[in-house]
Amino acid sequence: MSRQPTRPATRPTARLPLRVFLLGGLIVALLVAGVGSYYASAHPDGLEYVAEQTGFIDSAEDSATADSPFADYATKGVDNPRLGGGLAGVLGCLVVLLLTSGVAYAVRRRRTPASTASTTSTHTGSDAA
Amino acid sequence: MHVPDGFLDAPTSVATGVVAAAAVGVALKGARRELDDRTAPMAGLVATFIFAGQMINFPVGAGTSGHLLGGALAAILVGPFTACLCLSAVLIVQALLMADGGVTALGTNITLMAVVAVVASWAVFHGLRRVLPSRPGLVAPLAGVAAFLSVPAAAAVFTLLFGIGGVAPVDTGDVLTAMLGWHTVIGVGEAVITALVVGAVMTTRPDLVHGARDLAAATELEIRKVPA
Repeated sequence: MSRQPTRPATRPTARLPLRVFLLGGLIVALLVAGVGSYYASAHPDGLEYVAEQTGFIDSAEDSATADSPFADYATKGVDNPRLGGGLAGVLGCLVVLLLTSGVAYAVRRRRTPASTASTTSTHTGSDAA
Repeated sequence: MHVPDGFLDAPTSVATGVVAAAAVGVALKGARRELDDRTAPMAGLVATFIFAGQMINFPVGAGTSGHLLGGALAAILVGPFTACLCLSAVLIVQALLMADGGVTALGTNITLMAVVAVVASWAVFHGLRRVLPSRPGLVAPLAGVAAFLSVPAAAAVFTLLFGIGGVAPVDTGDVLTAMLGWHTVIGVGEAVITALVVGAVMTTRPDLVHGARDLAAATELEIRKVPA
């Protein structure tokens, strides 16, 4: 995640506003999935490699979702691997974001009017965005 | 470490499916204590970041690669119960949309990465934090140690499952040696990424690091001192 230049002296306890922090993190994640993933190693991962070496790789079967338009982090119909992989990565990120945020908001403790006001106060008004 | 369909037999896959479902149920209840209006968006961000991070395979030599599992990263940033939910969401999207990890192996993958890696790293992190001095500067290095150990832990449990329900007639001892060996090396990458990311959050928004909640006041004091 990106490190912001520190602004010392005048406002020593000023923190990055939550919105800025979340948006920054999201942009980093989208860049990693959408652009950085193209440069990832294409070698088999640890488990695959061990399976090849010790001789159980052939017991692997095709996934039932092998025909998914985004199978293997590519995009069906997009021949350019950089673009197809990037699209699949960004789409996957957005689906994960929606799914996890939805679950997290559903199970979270809701703020009740007169309770737990004593949590460490933050300096940014828009913190609970 | 995504297990494809076919490696493990049906009874083992059903058993890990039951374990995974039970774990997610427990996590849904436990996450209530970890999530509020301020930390709920953090859960979405952490899961998204882990999905992206898992796309980056880094080479570990001899034609092998590894990638972030993210169990330690999630446990320390959002808490172990929420971490289980984050990892499960990532694994579900990967299995259903990207054909990464089998569909019948989804329970196995949730057990390995959303349960074993999360529980192992949280136990190590929490245990070390209890015996070591309470210092904000220790949070990122300890996150790295927890991350490092979580990878061979998950690899060992995979081997255990393979010993019980592996379809191919391969010696479990050979699998164990190879799995632990490679995943110890991959664990170094896991440790570096986890320590860097936790360190970056500790620098910008230490109050959002679940594993450092008790340090919130101390962190603020330390930041105050530095510029003078």
